[in-house]
Formats: sequence, structure tokens, C-alpha cells
Amino acid sequence: MIFEIGIYHYTILSAFLFFTGVFGIFLNRTNLIIILMSLELILLSVSINFISFSVFLGDVTGQIFSLFILTVAAGEAAIGLAILVVYFRNSGNINVNEINKMRG
Amino acid sequence: MFAAILFFLFSFLILISALLVITSKNPVNSVIFLIFSFFNAAGIFLIAGAEFLALIMLIVYVGAVAVLFLFVVMMLDLNFEELNKKTNFVRTGIIIACILLIEMFVLFFYYPQEQSLIINKYNNTSGLTNTEIIGSKIYTEHFFHFQIAGLILLVAMIGAIVLTLRHRDNVRRQDIPTQVSRDQEKNIELKDITFEESE
Repeated sequence: MIFEIGIYHYTILSAFLFFTGVFGIFLNRTNLIIILMSLELILLSVSINFISFSVFLGDVTGQIFSLFILTVAAGEAAIGLAILVVYFRNSGNINVNEINKMRG
Repeated sequence: MFAAILFFLFSFLILISALLVITSKNPVNSVIFLIFSFFNAAGIFLIAGAEFLALIMLIVYVGAVAVLFLFVVMMLDLNFEELNKKTNFVRTGIIIACILLIEMFVLFFYYPQEQSLIINKYNNTSGLTNTEIIGSKIYTEHFFHFQIAGLILLVAMIGAIVLTLRHRDNVRRQDIPTQVSRDQEKNIELKDITFEESE
């Protein structure tokens, strides 16, 4: 039974990866780059979930949506890193706790 | 059997490298572990039978996103000691992540048990490859979503360029109309120089 890979295994893997990503956001509250990487991990876990259910249900729409997630992740990484570079140029650090210039 | 062993290997490596991404001291190591976990995720996708997505994943994430991260990490002159100070949010993070995990497992055990839950990558009976199926769906049913995805990439590209572009004043740039409209009369001044006769 353990040598037959089912939807359970993929779901557990995806849940643990999501857990790791969410935990990473809270663990590294000072390093903005690692927060962006944690977001990438979360999107990867969502992709794994989509693809496993797509293959399990025999419907290719999940894979297409995974492709769109990939697109959004690439755009998000580009914009996020651009904002990071501009912020670093202006303030000299990327400490998340000190990003309070707008007093929000 | 062999696929199962590969699946466990890949998923173990994904989880280990994801943990190393979030706990590593140096952001460069984090990016390297992120690349490694993307490679293993591509392996997982191959086992599930999504070949197209696996290779696109490698090209987009490893070839573009991770290299972008690596460039930014290496470009910024970061003070690593200051960045590694852990904050008092760790306990909150553990609580929130555990709540999420418990929610997921509750949903997971409510899933109907009587169905066969084995991933069957031979559900595909049309005789087409994975890439052909995705292509035939994406250009017919999901055509507008596909165009919107292209628009998102365009907006991201323009946004990134606009955000990071900086105008510097002391740079000599090409000014084509001025350069083309130069002519001899305006730019060359002829002067008569008289030499004194020397004995």
C-alpha cells in the first residue's frame, strides 16, 4: 500500500510545503528576500496540489492553471525584487521591521 | 514501486531544502536551496505525468526567477549579521502554521475514502501527449486567460523597468536630431591666423 503513490501523498507533501512557506514568513521577519522566497515556496505547493489533482481527476485544466500560477509567480518576483532594489537604494537596508516610512 | 521510491526521495529532498531555505544564514545559500527544491518539484511533476509543466517549471523558476533572486542578493550589499537576528514573531509563526496544517489535515481526513486514490497517469486515453493536450486546451478554451497571462507579464516587465530606472544627469546620451542636423557652417569656425615675420 505504501508503494502505491496516491493523491494523499501529494496532498501531504503540498500541505507540508505550504506550512514551511508560511512559517518562513514569520521566522525571517528581518530579511525581505527570504520572505519573497517563502512566497515562491507557497506558490510551488499550490502548483503541486493543482497538478496532482489534475492528473488524479484526468482533467488537464489544473495543469493550465498551474501554468498561470507560474506566470503570476514570475511577475510577482520581478516586481517584488524591483521594489526591494529601489528600497535598498533609498534606505540602505532591507529590514522589514524598519519599513515604516509611510507610518501605515 | 520504483516511482514510489523516487517520489519519497524527491518529496523528502523538497521538504529538507525548503526548511534550509527559510533557516539558512546566508541568502545566497537560500537561493541555492530554492533552486534545488524546484528541481525536485520538477521530478515530482514528472512522476505525476505532467512533463510539460515539469520542464516549464525548470526553465521559468530555475532559469529566470532563481537567477533574478541570485542577482539581487549579490547586488545588494547586505549586512548578514544584522539580518539574521530572529524576531519575537517565531511563536506567532508556529501557531499560525500549525493552525493551517491542522485545517489541512482535517479537510484531508474528510475526503471520501471509498474511491480509488491512486494517481493514474494513464487516465489519458486520447493518444496525445501531455504537451499536445495542454496546447489544444489553452488555445481554445482558455484563450483569454492565456492572453491575460501575457498581459500580466508585460505589466510586470514594464513595472520592473520603471521602478528601477534612474535618470542620471552627468551622462552623455545620444541625441539623434541634434547630431544629424549638425553642419559645417554652424560647427566649424575658420580663423585667419597671421604669423609675424621672424628674422
